[in-house]
Amino acid sequence: MTHTVALVTAATEVAAAPATGAIALMPLVVAIPLTSAAILLLAGRRSDRWGHLLGVATPIAGFAIALAGLIDMLGHPADGRSFTAVLFTWIPDSPGGLAVEAAMRIDPLSLSFVLLVTFVGALIHIYSIAYMAHDADRRRFFAYLNLFVAAMCLLVLADSFAVLFVGWEGVGLASYLLIGFWNRRTQYAVAAKKAFIANRIGDVGLLVAMGLMVANFGTLDFAGVFAEAGEASTGLATAIGLALLLAACGKSAQFPLQSWLGDAMAGPTPVSALIHAATMVTAGVYLVVRSLPIYVQAPTARLVVVIVGAITLVFGAVVGAAKDDMKKVLAASTMSQIGYMMLAAGLGPVGAAFAIMHLLTHGFFKAGLFLGAGSVMHAMGDQVDARRFGALRRAMPITWVTFMAGWLAILGVPPFAGFWSKDRIIEAAFVGDGAAPWVFGTVALLGAGMTAFYMSRLFFMVFQGKARWTDDAHPHEPSPLMTGPMIVLAVGSVALGWVLSATGFTGWLAPVIGPADHGDPVLHVPVITVATLVLVAAGVALAWRMYAARPVPVLPPPGGRLVRAARADLYQDAVNNELLVKPGGAVVTAAAATDTYVVDGAVRGVAWLAVAVGRVVRLVQNGYVRSYAATMVAGVIVLVAVVLAWRV
Amino acid sequence: MIAPAVAWSMIAPIVIVLGAGVVSVLVEAFVPAKARRIVQLMLAVTAIAGAGIWAMVLAVSRAGTGESAFAGHLLIDPLALFVQVAVAASALVAVFVIADRTADGEDAFTPQAAAAPGSAAEDKARAAGLVQTEVFPLVLFATGGMLAFPAAGDLLTMFVALEVVSLPLYLLTGLARRRRLLSQEASFKYFILGAFASAFFLFGTAWVYGAAGTVNFTDLIYEVTGGDPRLDPLLYAGLAMVVVGLAFKVGAAPFHMWTPDVYQGAPTPVTGFMAACTKIAAFGALVRIVYTVVAPLQWDIGPALWTVTILTMIVGTTVALTQTDVVRMLAYSAIAHAGFVLTGVVSFSSLGISGALFYLFTYGLTTVGAFGVVTLVRARDAQGNIGGEARTLERWRGLGRTSPVLASAMTLFVLAFAGIPLTGGFVGKFAVFAAAFGADAAPLAIVGIACSAVAAFAYVRLIVAMFFAEPTELSAVGVKTEGLTGVAIAISAIATVVLGVWPTPVLDFADKAALLLP
Repeated sequence: MTHTVALVTAATEVAAAPATGAIALMPLVVAIPLTSAAILLLAGRRSDRWGHLLGVATPIAGFAIALAGLIDMLGHPADGRSFTAVLFTWIPDSPGGLAVEAAMRIDPLSLSFVLLVTFVGALIHIYSIAYMAHDADRRRFFAYLNLFVAAMCLLVLADSFAVLFVGWEGVGLASYLLIGFWNRRTQYAVAAKKAFIANRIGDVGLLVAMGLMVANFGTLDFAGVFAEAGEASTGLATAIGLALLLAACGKSAQFPLQSWLGDAMAGPTPVSALIHAATMVTAGVYLVVRSLPIYVQAPTARLVVVIVGAITLVFGAVVGAAKDDMKKVLAASTMSQIGYMMLAAGLGPVGAAFAIMHLLTHGFFKAGLFLGAGSVMHAMGDQVDARRFGALRRAMPITWVTFMAGWLAILGVPPFAGFWSKDRIIEAAFVGDGAAPWVFGTVALLGAGMTAFYMSRLFFMVFQGKARWTDDAHPHEPSPLMTGPMIVLAVGSVALGWVLSATGFTGWLAPVIGPADHGDPVLHVPVITVATLVLVAAGVALAWRMYAARPVPVLPPPGGRLVRAARADLYQDAVNNELLVKPGGAVVTAAAATDTYVVDGAVRGVAWLAVAVGRVVRLVQNGYVRSYAATMVAGVIVLVAVVLAWRV
Repeated sequence: MIAPAVAWSMIAPIVIVLGAGVVSVLVEAFVPAKARRIVQLMLAVTAIAGAGIWAMVLAVSRAGTGESAFAGHLLIDPLALFVQVAVAASALVAVFVIADRTADGEDAFTPQAAAAPGSAAEDKARAAGLVQTEVFPLVLFATGGMLAFPAAGDLLTMFVALEVVSLPLYLLTGLARRRRLLSQEASFKYFILGAFASAFFLFGTAWVYGAAGTVNFTDLIYEVTGGDPRLDPLLYAGLAMVVVGLAFKVGAAPFHMWTPDVYQGAPTPVTGFMAACTKIAAFGALVRIVYTVVAPLQWDIGPALWTVTILTMIVGTTVALTQTDVVRMLAYSAIAHAGFVLTGVVSFSSLGISGALFYLFTYGLTTVGAFGVVTLVRARDAQGNIGGEARTLERWRGLGRTSPVLASAMTLFVLAFAGIPLTGGFVGKFAVFAAAFGADAAPLAIVGIACSAVAAFAYVRLIVAMFFAEPTELSAVGVKTEGLTGVAIAISAIATVVLGVWPTPVLDFADKAALLLP
């Protein structure tokens, strides 16, 4: 078997042309929902009656524009599909300084993302009309959703890291507002805060990466940075790559910043579907794929990306297998699936196209699964404990069938969507030299089996077996406004993978991320496919034996050590608490104490000083001025000493 | 000796404001009490706005050149003009907050400053509904000093300007209507420590004169680079002490300790004025010294400045986290911001200057707005009577429910402090950190980025309290006023957003201002 795989195929950086025709309208995809959000927030209660209709109209309009852009773009030759639309100069040029244009880049990668965001976004907006119908603040909810769509589109359409950062913070803010939407309940506010913290850590990564770019490349434009990155040293590229990875980990809930995603499920379910499954959490994958020209120069950073992806993949699967809360299982599964994408993105051009493809198919089937979960919650009085469901297939046939489509898609059963994307990622993981393909390939392969187990477990517990409902539950199908989007997403879960493969999606992305020459895996492709399917079948069978053939206890059994650990999210909160919160708190307390006591005390020790300053002190009935002044004296002495010492 | 030529048009902004201050004193004496307040307000607004517009016209028409007025004692160059415009802009908004009264005619200042707190005289003055308008001349004199501060051409002029800024501020600090003992204590502390810092400045000036035989910046540059090497230690120590005097005014650690106490004790509108305008003006002066006299010595004095910068950012950020009083939190955050601006200043590049100047411009306007909000958030007793300001975080719970507009404005301001994009705060941080990265000061920028990430928690605590917590019986409410504070908050909010979305004009202006005489 030959290993002559061009892993490091530099992404071809195509010179971008000014946008024309329908593509020139793309800025409207950001502007329209942004305007709508502003109107809804400013008009206040006056717009309560028609606010949701305006809110729904904007992503639909955005999708129409993106579709027109797609048709326009397909009319251009493959190597001429990169366009820029300059809006205005955000930060002006100055001698030796750094100019930032507020510009958008419309190319196959960003356009694919915009289509996903606006299409799934539109469906979820429609679903929310019914889901949030009884909420007095529904208009505000739609305003936040619109804000999110605008920020997400800005993030992917940005032509520089600076503009991307604007969208990056924007989606964070919108997510924060939406998680905490039901802010009357305390634990929701706590969840919102946790998401904020993880994202801030990630932001530091992005800012440091941007700082390194400014210092070494003198620009933040994609074109400029990627052109310079080709000549950058490995060390620099590695540093930037790792900093970007930190950012991606925060946003995409990857190890070790994964803990916020489970808690974020506290928000309304449509939010979980749109933000915490289909779009925002995949922004980290987008960032890595977009920055591929940097990662191409940094094999170590790429390896770390792959490792992070692999760890998260397993982590999410283990947690997902132990949770009984339906939404938390789906959250863990999202984490795990994004782990797959991250792993693929870290493989370089050989896997990046499949990372994006899996991102799109996952956007459909995971959104579908969440909307299905929302439908179940709607029917069961907002319960989420899968142990109190069962046998819902008869009461809710539409939800059952659409959920089944999503389930088969995530399992990767042919010909459902996941098969086309996830299977390719597993194949790509087996490509390479030495031990790496064996390790990562095996992890990806086992992950598929674990995914099959925990998703089947959830599916069987909710829809099959005997009813274990609480007495007050009267399940029923929701209104067509909710089932409609679920059906559309189910159709996508069935067909999207095949459609993308048949229409040559990897070739469509090639101008942006380089040709996806698959290389030869260390195992034959049919062997991998068969092994995957066997493991999936085994996972399903095991879940069937445990959760469908046998009755499911209403209360969770005590379980072994691993089950208990997994139920506690593998102790991620405890670890975070010990590693981050406690030392952080100690540092702060120490700093505060130093400020009041140590500086004060140390200075007081210098007797003559205290006496000299003490004369001033007697004038005031307050001990503090003495120490303030003494601190100043100490500061002056140290400062002058430093200046003079440096001289010597 | 012939009298030096005076370029009156160049120093007009300073003359207008100081002149208005003098007129303002006369207004106190001769205008009937009823009309006094409105006359004072019009006078102050006209003078400050006029000075700002004049400075802007000068900056545009002189297009990047400067001129010395008063035989080199004042240098009206693009740097000075930018700082003057920035000071005038923030001062103008601050005057609105200072002048505002609640719906029942109560302003933020004591009805009779001479009456002892709690005395019968005080009760009588309060019952008579006395309103003092001395704050206006005091603010005008302080603003005049701030306009001269960055334009000083030698160390002695700078010292005089420093004192002209400081003395009215000491008085203003002691004029709070409520909690007067705290206010007077703060005033006295500020005075003692301010005098202490001034003494360092003056002592340093004396040493510099002893070593170099001049205090004029233009001449000092030659002395610094080509003077007698045996006198170098004296010169360097002197310059370090001059820098200490200014570091005190900008609130840099370890000379920051007055800040929280004084900010807390002073009447909040005055705190907003001090936090914004004094900082802008003092940084203008610091930039002038650092980039003329200290620049040739950057390898000697640089390490000390780096130490101060890092210490300032870390102290401001970490201690802000533990504060439960909104004003104290903002005070420590102001210290951290001084550190961020210093990052630009000590990067020793023209980008550093323009970044720092932009930062100050946007920070000033945002700060005035934030303190404006604090003046309106009032405690409420069991009977529903509205009292003094509610400053503890606990009392801000649920403000988003009870006063959504105020809470939203405050959210915008603290997001700008945290450096979230599309606010002026982000562009400012971007500008100073980019300058530091570009000038081999990457460690400073990385500390800055880490600190601004940590500082966000202090701000988010406030947002969480306002929007994610239930209001309690103790929760504060927004007070109805005559509306001037509302105008100020609106101006600040609009400026914060505009400077974030379309900062080009001000950034261009700041780029051109990175040009110093000589």
